[in-house]
Amino acid sequence: MTLTEKLRERISRAFYNHGLLCASYPIPIILFTGLCILACCYPLLKLPLPGTGPVEYSTPVKDYSPPSPDVGLQQGDLSERPDWYVGAPVAYIQQIFVKATVSPWQKNFLAVDVFRSPLSRVFQLVEEIRNHALRDSSGVKSLEEVCLQVTDLLPGLKKLRNLLPEHGCLLLSPGNFWQNDRERFNADPDIIKTIHQHEPKTLQTSATLKDLLFGLPGKYSGVNLYNRKRVVSYTVTLGLQQYDSRFLSSLRSRLKLLHPSPNCTLREENIVHVHFKEEIGIAELIPLVTTYIILFAYIYFSTRKIDMVKSKWGLALAAVVTVLSSLLMSVGLCTLFGLTPTLNGGEIFPYLVVVIGLENVLVLTKSVVSTPVDLEVKLRIAQGMQNDLSGVVLLGLVSCLQEFCLFAVVGLVSDFFLQMFFFTTVLSIDIRRMELADLNKRLPAEACMPPAKPVSRSQRYERQPAMRPATPHTITLQPSSFRNLRLPKRLRVIYFFARTRLAQRLIMAGTVIWIGILVYTDPAGLRTYLTSQVTEQSPLGEAGLPPMPVPGGVLPAGDPKIDLSVFPSDPIQLSENQTQQRNGQTELGTEAEVTWGPEDEEIWRKLSFRHWPSLFSYYNITLAKRYISILPAIPVTLYLNPQEALEVRHPQEANRYHPFLSPSSGKLGAEAQPDQASSKLQGHQDVTLYKVAALGLASGIILVLLLFCLYRVFCPKNYGQNGLSHSRRKRGDLPCDDYGYSPPETEIVPLVLRGHLMDIECLASDGMLLVSCCLVGQIRVWDAQTGDCLTVIPKPRLRRDSSGIFDYQESWDHSPDGKNGLDDSFENSHQLKRMLSPPQPLLFCDQPDLTSLIDTNFSERVKVAESETRLRAVGSRQKETGYDFSSLVGKAYEEHSTSSCGNLAGLPAPHGAPRPLGCGAEEGGCAGDLESSVWSLDLQGNLIVAGRSNGKLEVWDAIEGTLRSSNDEGQSGITALVFLNKRIVAARLNGSLDFFSLETHTSLNHLQFRGKQGRGESSIPSSPVFSSSDVIVCQLTHTVSCAHQKPITALKAAAGRLVTGSQDHTLRVFRLEDSCCLFTLQGHSGAITAVYIDQVGCTQEQQPLQAPAEPPVPPEGPSWGPLLLCTWRS
Amino acid sequence: MAENDAMPTLPKKCGPYISSVTSRGMNLVIRGIVLFFIGVFLALVLNLLQIQRNVTLFPPDVITSIFSSAWWVPPCCGTASAVIGLLYPCMDRHLGEPHKFKREWSSVMRCVAVFVGINHASAKVNFANNIQLSLTLAALSIGLWWTFDRSRSGFGLGIGIAFLATLVSQLLVYNGVYQYTSPDFLYVRSWLPCIFFAGGITMGNIGRQLAMYECKVIAEKSHED
Repeated sequence: MTLTEKLRERISRAFYNHGLLCASYPIPIILFTGLCILACCYPLLKLPLPGTGPVEYSTPVKDYSPPSPDVGLQQGDLSERPDWYVGAPVAYIQQIFVKATVSPWQKNFLAVDVFRSPLSRVFQLVEEIRNHALRDSSGVKSLEEVCLQVTDLLPGLKKLRNLLPEHGCLLLSPGNFWQNDRERFNADPDIIKTIHQHEPKTLQTSATLKDLLFGLPGKYSGVNLYNRKRVVSYTVTLGLQQYDSRFLSSLRSRLKLLHPSPNCTLREENIVHVHFKEEIGIAELIPLVTTYIILFAYIYFSTRKIDMVKSKWGLALAAVVTVLSSLLMSVGLCTLFGLTPTLNGGEIFPYLVVVIGLENVLVLTKSVVSTPVDLEVKLRIAQGMQNDLSGVVLLGLVSCLQEFCLFAVVGLVSDFFLQMFFFTTVLSIDIRRMELADLNKRLPAEACMPPAKPVSRSQRYERQPAMRPATPHTITLQPSSFRNLRLPKRLRVIYFFARTRLAQRLIMAGTVIWIGILVYTDPAGLRTYLTSQVTEQSPLGEAGLPPMPVPGGVLPAGDPKIDLSVFPSDPIQLSENQTQQRNGQTELGTEAEVTWGPEDEEIWRKLSFRHWPSLFSYYNITLAKRYISILPAIPVTLYLNPQEALEVRHPQEANRYHPFLSPSSGKLGAEAQPDQASSKLQGHQDVTLYKVAALGLASGIILVLLLFCLYRVFCPKNYGQNGLSHSRRKRGDLPCDDYGYSPPETEIVPLVLRGHLMDIECLASDGMLLVSCCLVGQIRVWDAQTGDCLTVIPKPRLRRDSSGIFDYQESWDHSPDGKNGLDDSFENSHQLKRMLSPPQPLLFCDQPDLTSLIDTNFSERVKVAESETRLRAVGSRQKETGYDFSSLVGKAYEEHSTSSCGNLAGLPAPHGAPRPLGCGAEEGGCAGDLESSVWSLDLQGNLIVAGRSNGKLEVWDAIEGTLRSSNDEGQSGITALVFLNKRIVAARLNGSLDFFSLETHTSLNHLQFRGKQGRGESSIPSSPVFSSSDVIVCQLTHTVSCAHQKPITALKAAAGRLVTGSQDHTLRVFRLEDSCCLFTLQGHSGAITAVYIDQVGCTQEQQPLQAPAEPPVPPEGPSWGPLLLCTWRS
Repeated sequence: MAENDAMPTLPKKCGPYISSVTSRGMNLVIRGIVLFFIGVFLALVLNLLQIQRNVTLFPPDVITSIFSSAWWVPPCCGTASAVIGLLYPCMDRHLGEPHKFKREWSSVMRCVAVFVGINHASAKVNFANNIQLSLTLAALSIGLWWTFDRSRSGFGLGIGIAFLATLVSQLLVYNGVYQYTSPDFLYVRSWLPCIFFAGGITMGNIGRQLAMYECKVIAEKSHED
C-alpha cells in the first residue's frame, strides 16, 4: 500500500467518523456552526454596512484646519476622530440661508407676491457674494480664488446645462433658474412653472433640481401659492475649494451687516464633515442580484436531480446559506487579519460558487443519497462522507484555486468548513425526516414511473423502506405516466397557471416591488425618515439644539472671529433698503416677522442624503468614500416692502391669480374654491399621491377580477369532474400535459383496486390479465380490461399465499361474490374491516392503465426480513393490521369455520400448513410459503410463475388458482424471472441462472388463446384450458451457476436470447435453448438496473449514470437522472 | 419503454393538441420566444454592468438607466440570441452529431452564470492594458466553451458569431448610430469579440437544452408510432 493510498484511506476513515458525528448530534453541531459563523462575522460589525446613510463628524469652527492627509500625523483626540477624516475634503459647502418676507402685507396682494419679490432679491444677493473680496495686507482675495471650480457637466445632462454653473464657481441659488439674469426673472410670467419644469414627472429617485438650487427641501422653501406664513426661504450654496477662515468670516460679517437677522439663533460653532459611503445603487445591485438568482437556479436544477431528499428547496436553501455565510465568514476573517475586504468579493463569490463551490455540495448530497436507504441515517451520512472524499478533497486541493486571491482561498476554506458541518448536518436531518414521513408518498411516485416490469427483480430490496404503513387506497400519480395523453388547451393553460401559481406570484412580486419603490421614493416616506433617523443618531444631532428660540431682539453673541476689516462694496444702497424696510414695517398694519428657530438649524440635514452626491456627480465628482465639510450657514433676513413687491409683479400674474386671501377671511374661501391654476400647482406635490391612489385602486380591481376569473375557471372543473361520473372516459382522453405536471387526481379519477392488505410488491401483466402480489405473498389476478378481480387467491383458484391467514380469509370471502368478496369479508368481520380505512365500495371500473393505479414499486424491492420489520413497525394507525393481524384472523377463522367449512374444504388453519386445494404439488409449496415472500412474477396465458425469496419457483393457474408445479432446487432467492415459450429462466440472488422447462405430462393439447390476445409476441399457447388433471412438471434443464458475480438485477428474454443485467456492471447474453453464454457486455460503470430488449433483436440497457467520482450506484429507478443508453447489436 | 411490453393495449396515439404543440413550427416559435426574452433580459442586465463602467451613457437617474441605452438594443440582442439559440440545435441536426455533452439544466445555469461573470470581469476588473484584458477574456471564453460545449461546430459558430457581431457593432458605431463614452475606444473593441463569442456559446447552450424537449417529445412520438 503506497503512501497515498494509506493517506487516502485514513482520510476516508476520518470523513466516515466525521459524518457519523454529524449525523449523531445534528443540533449541537448546527449550533456550533452557527456560533462559528457569528464569531467569524463579528469583525464585520466594524465594516460600514452598505446602504446606510452618510456619517458625520463635527469639529469646532474655531482653530479649524484641514486634517493632514497622513494618518500617522494625526494627534489629539484620535479616539473620537473617524478614520475617514483624513486629508482635505472634496469641498467646503457654505450655505447662505435666506429668509425673506414681504412686510407689511397688504390685503390686495396676490399669492405670487409672497415669493416673487423675495426671489427677485436673490440676484442681488448672488452678486454681492460673487463680488465679495477680502482685502487685507496680503492683497485682495476674491471668491474666485477660494471657490470650487467646476468643469463640464456630464454629457448626459445637456438639459441642465443652462441651470447649473459650468466652468466656474460652484454657486447655486434659485437665480439659476433664470440664468442669474434679473431681466429674465422679471419677464417670467409663471415662476412656479419655471421652478417645477424640471421636476421629475415620475417617482422621485434622487435629489431634484429644485432641491439643488434652493438648497433646502421644497416644502420648506415656501414657494407655493398657499404659503400662510408668507416667508420664503432659500439658500445660496457655495462650494469652496479651500478653507480660508478670514475670507469666510469676512463674507459672513458682511452679509450679516447688510442683512441683519436680529433674532437669529443659529449656532455657528461647528463644521460638520459628512462622509459618504460607497453607494450601492440599484444599477449595481441588479447584476449582483441576477447572478445570485442564477446561482439559486443552478442550485435548484442541481438538487432537482437528486431524489430521496425530503425537501429540495430546503436543501437548496441550506446550500445558499452555506454559500452566503461562508462568504461572510471569509470577509470577516480577512478583516480580522487586516486584509481590506472589498465589495469585489461579494461579486466574485457567486461565480466562484458556480464554478467550483457548489459541486461539493452536490457531490456530498449525491454520495449521501446514493447510500442504501435501509441503513441507519448515521451510517448513511457516514458512508456518504466517505464516498464524498474523492469529490470534496480533490476539488478543494487540486483545482486551480490557489491561483485565486487569498480571499478566495479563505472563502473556500470556510465554505468547506460549512459544508462539512452545516450542510452535512442539515442533510442528515433532512434524510431522517424523509425516512420517517415521506417515503410513504415518495416511493409510489417513483414506482409508477418506471414501467412495471414483472421480471426485473433487483437488489432494490435494500431500499425497502423499513416502516411503510399499508395504504392500499392512496395512489400517487406520476406525472410522466400521463405524458402521452392529451389535454384540452384550456386546461393546459389552467394547469400551467396552477402549476406555477403564476398569477399569484406575479401579483405578489409586483406588489412588493411597487410598495418598495413607493416607500423608497416617497418624498415624505421612508427615505426622509431614515435620513432624519441618521441625523438624529449623528453626534451632532444629539449635541442638542437650543431648547427654545431666543426671543427676538436679542442679538446673538457676535462671532469672536469676525474680521473687522470688512470692506463692503456698496453698503450705502443696501442700508437704504434696510431703513426702508424698517419704515415699512412700522407704518403698515399686518407685519410679518421672520423668525429663526431650531428648525432652521442646519437646514441641509433635511435634504436627501443623496443631495450632495448627486450634485457632485453632475460634475463627475464622486463623493464615495470621501467627505465634504459643511460650514455653518450664514443667516440672511430680507424684508421687502410692498412697493417693491408691486414693482416686480409681472403683468400677467394679476390676471391669473387671486389675491392672496388674508388668513382671517380667506382661509376657508381659498380652500373652498381653489383656482384651477392654483390647484394644478398645488396639486403637483400631491400628484404622486393621487397617482398612487389611482394605481392602488386599479390594481385592486384587477386583482379582484383576476381572482374572480380564476375562481370561475377552476371551480366548475373541481366540482363537475369530481367523483366517478367521468370515470368511463376513453383511454386516449386521459388528461395530461407535456411538461410533467400531474393534473389533479380528480381529473384522472384513479380507480383503486382494493384487495391487497399489504404493499404490492410485484406485478405482471400480459395486457389481458394483471397479476399482483403483495408483501405477504397474496396474489390477485385482475382483469386488465374491466378491472374486476378475477381471481383472489383464497378461493380455490389461486393458492399463492405466504401466510395462511390471507389464504383463509380470502377464500371464505370470495364465496358470496367474486368481485366484492373482500368487502363482504370485512362486513363479516369487524376487526378485519378496520384494516381498510374507508370501507368504500370497490372502485373497480375499467381503467386501462391499471399499473399506475396499484402500488407497484415494491415489485422490485422486497426482502423477507424487511417485510417482517415492516409488519412490526407499522405505524400506530395501522397497528391492527400490523400486530394483531394473525390473532384477529384467527378469531375470524374460528367464527366462520363452521359456516364455511362445508364448501371450503381445504381451508388452511391460520398458522398451520395451508391445505392443498387443487393438486398435490401444492402441499410443499404452501408450507414453504409461510416464511418466504414472492420476489418476482411473470404471467403468460393463464399460468403465473412466481419466484420466491427462498429460491422456490412455483407455477400457478391464474384462473383456477391452483398450484401447478413447483421447484425448490435452488436455495438462493429468485430475483428475476422470465417466462417465455414454456421456458422459465430464473435469476437468483447469488448470481446464478436457472433454466426450467414446463412439460405437460397428461394430454395437454392445443392451448387456445383466451379472448383477444394482447401480446403480439407471445407465441406460447397462453390460455390453456387446463383441467386439474393436467400435470405440469417444471423441470430444471440448465443451471449457469456463476452467471454473474453479483446479484442479477435485470432479466429480459426475446427472440431466443436472454439478457441479464447484474450489479457487477456487466450484461450477459445467453441463448435460451442451451443456456450458452454468447456475449458479455461491458461498458457500464455502475450496477445495471434495467434492461430492455426490443423486438427487432437489438438490446438496450439503461442504467443510471453517476458522477464518475462515485462508486456506489443508487439502486434507484430511471427517476434517478440521466440515463445512459447503450445500444448493443447482438 | 418496457411499459409497452406490459401493456400493449394502451393506445399511444397523440391527440391533436400535443401534436400541434410538438409540431416543429410551433415548437420553433416557442423556443424562439423564450430565447428572445432571455436575450433581452441578459442585454438589459449586462448593459447595466457596462453602465457602471461608464462605457455607455450615464443617465442622471438610476431607475431609468436600465432603459438608458437605445431602445432597439435589447430587442436586437433578443433577436440575435433567438437566432443563435435556434441555429445551434439546427446545425447539430444537420451535421448529424447531436450534442450530448452535459445536457442538463444545471449545466446551462452554470454556463449562464459564467457568462455573466465574464461580463462582470470585463466591467469591473481593472486590467493594466487592453492586451491583457483581451487575452484574459479570450481565455475565459475558450474556457467557457471547453467547459460547457466542447463541440467543434459550436466553436466555429461562436467564432463566426463573434466576428459578425463585432463587425456589425463597429459599423454601427462608425456610422454614429450607437456610441460609447468609453475613456478609450480600444478598450471596448478589445473585449467585444470575446463577449460575443461567450454569448453565442451561452445562447447556443440554452437553445440546445430547449431543443432537447422537442427531441424528447418527437422521439416519444416516433416510438409510439
